[in-house]
Amino acid sequence: MANTDIEARKQELLNQGYTEVYTRTKVLTDAVMHYCPGCGHGTTHRLVAEVIDEMGIQDQVVGVSPVGCSVLAYNYFDVDFQEAAHGRAPALATAIKRLNPDTFVFTYQGDGDLAAIGTAETIHACNRGENITMIFVNNGIYGMTGGQMAPTTLIGMKSATTPYGRRVDLNGYPLRITELISTLPGTYYVTRQSVQTPAAVRKAKAAIRKAFENQKLKKGLSFVEILSNCNSGWKMTPVQANKWMEDNMMPNYPVGDIKVDGKLVDNVDVARLAVDHPLTVMQ
Amino acid sequence: MAFKGQIVIDTEHCKGCGVCLAACPMQCLELSKNVNGKGYNYTQTVNDKCIGCASCAMVCPDGVISVYKKQC
Amino acid sequence: MAKELKLMKGNEAIARAMIASGTDGYFGYPITPQSEVMETLMAEKPWEDTGMVVLQAESEMASINMVYGGAATGKKVATSSSSPGISLMQEGLTYLAGAEIPCLVVNVMRGGPGLGTIQPSQSDYFQSVKGGGHGDYQLYTLAPASVQEMYDFVFDAWDIAFKYRNPVLILSDGAIGQCMEKLYTRDYVPRWTEEERRKNAPWGTWGKPANRPHNIITSLELDSARQEVFNHKLQAKYAEMKEKEVRYEMLNCEDAEYIIVAYGSSSRIAMKAMQMAREKGIKVGLFRLITLFPFPTKQLAEVAKHVKGILCVEMSAGQMIEDVKLATNCGVKTEHFGRFGGIIPTPTEVLEALENKIIK
Repeated sequence: MANTDIEARKQELLNQGYTEVYTRTKVLTDAVMHYCPGCGHGTTHRLVAEVIDEMGIQDQVVGVSPVGCSVLAYNYFDVDFQEAAHGRAPALATAIKRLNPDTFVFTYQGDGDLAAIGTAETIHACNRGENITMIFVNNGIYGMTGGQMAPTTLIGMKSATTPYGRRVDLNGYPLRITELISTLPGTYYVTRQSVQTPAAVRKAKAAIRKAFENQKLKKGLSFVEILSNCNSGWKMTPVQANKWMEDNMMPNYPVGDIKVDGKLVDNVDVARLAVDHPLTVMQ
Repeated sequence: MAFKGQIVIDTEHCKGCGVCLAACPMQCLELSKNVNGKGYNYTQTVNDKCIGCASCAMVCPDGVISVYKKQC
Repeated sequence: MAKELKLMKGNEAIARAMIASGTDGYFGYPITPQSEVMETLMAEKPWEDTGMVVLQAESEMASINMVYGGAATGKKVATSSSSPGISLMQEGLTYLAGAEIPCLVVNVMRGGPGLGTIQPSQSDYFQSVKGGGHGDYQLYTLAPASVQEMYDFVFDAWDIAFKYRNPVLILSDGAIGQCMEKLYTRDYVPRWTEEERRKNAPWGTWGKPANRPHNIITSLELDSARQEVFNHKLQAKYAEMKEKEVRYEMLNCEDAEYIIVAYGSSSRIAMKAMQMAREKGIKVGLFRLITLFPFPTKQLAEVAKHVKGILCVEMSAGQMIEDVKLATNCGVKTEHFGRFGGIIPTPTEVLEALENKIIK
């Protein structure tokens, strides 16, 4: 269907007494996202854009994109954007916000960017309690460079640089950076969400909304991890990848709020996660 | 209270990932045997059971589905 | 601060000039011998007065990327460091140049390589004007030779940075940074208003108004044909700088049979050596570089036509000499003299080098 036909069809439905339940937000540009079919990046982009749209802050937002799959995020959001060097997005965001306190600043980073090369910038921006929102997409792999091991790759999980599965003796443990930063007093809201089902998407969107709303409170940093699939890197169909994520990623990376309004959530045992690393077997 | 739904799919921008098929509670969707300009088997509706719940649109990474509903 | 006569360190002058020139932000990391820059700023608390933001970052990598983020919103943002820290900033500098972001970076050089020493050196010439980071880019590079110039060049840096949308480097050294001299301060230049920021940096990212497309700050281009077009644009900008923004100083070059080429601290020592030579009846002139990029190629070539020899004095193993030889097309006898690893040469050593390497 051509664009004009789509708009005509939508108008026709409205004329027939239908109400619009959902349509693509105008805060996303018309550019076709380069992400693989079924990739959680697209869904996460959509949610961030919808939150910006619903809060009416499009003219106050500055985004920072990383190096990795979402390096071109600036082409997809119709807001001002900066593209950072690998891992440095929190440093950029720190200065953007401090020099422009009336803006809403968010970083959008993957696991390699945020939790490997950019660990120092992540930890210190969180520890300073920068009044920004960090969106962290964790798919346990380096997607852009062809599926190499990430800091969040699970034990036993195969990647291009762990072709026989990640080994603790060789590669160490998966890094739960979200739990790690939840222990820093500078973080005000820390949560882990996912985007593989309609229910999960709704929760993730609410979390992103809270993370942006928190910037108005000026109480610290809001950090939203989104568990995502990487069906190309994991070598599965998108639907299989979402199932595999639920079966394997979620036991390692439990979904839910970790820290709300500056307080650790009661039923989250950050200490347990420090020692508990289930083995994943990947076919 | 029951709803009747309608969806409008931007088939040219659909990548045929099939995530919406798995999310639809009414099994309204399938991948077309035809392909779009990019060579993807795009999503299409197969029946009129749609209730306008927007589950398909919620999980669509590319935002190609618009959802409409009315009471019936 | 209005115009006053003050006594202060070069590093302090940098900090005070930043405040006085309407700088919006400074992000730094401590390193000897330039730590007084941030110490002065923190003691002065400009955020209470001009509204300037000052932050101690977790590393030089973070501070240069804070400069990137802040400067990309169209504000005047600066950092400073010394040689090892500047090495860490090279990634950020090439991104800044590639994204065409105006900013100010100060390098108070110390001896290298590696962790080296904390004493003055000038061995970062190559790093400053021959790249440093990857890709074809240039930093407009100013070499102050006095505390007064440390102060004045900060003001000049902002003019050039925003005129050309290019990072500016003030390449100083531990001697100028640490020594105390008198200087005349200037009247305060207020920080830009919101309207001025929008007028002077329409490309900045501060939140997209409904009536303009979103601004994107990036150095990424996946299409190599478009990257080549962009690189031609950068080269044209550098060519314009070479045409219009070259700065140098000539002393006693009119009748000189020999000239010394030097910049920064070395030019001060060379000046004394020149005076000593003149007292001995040797006609020596001094060609002092003020901009290292753009290099005063044409001007030096013109002077070199009338001299018998050139001594390059630099606290290095001989870096600037390459550009001197290129400028003169190796048409004149040219030698390097330098002490390095943190040792400052004496005027006597310079004069001896002139006599032994050039005149003999």
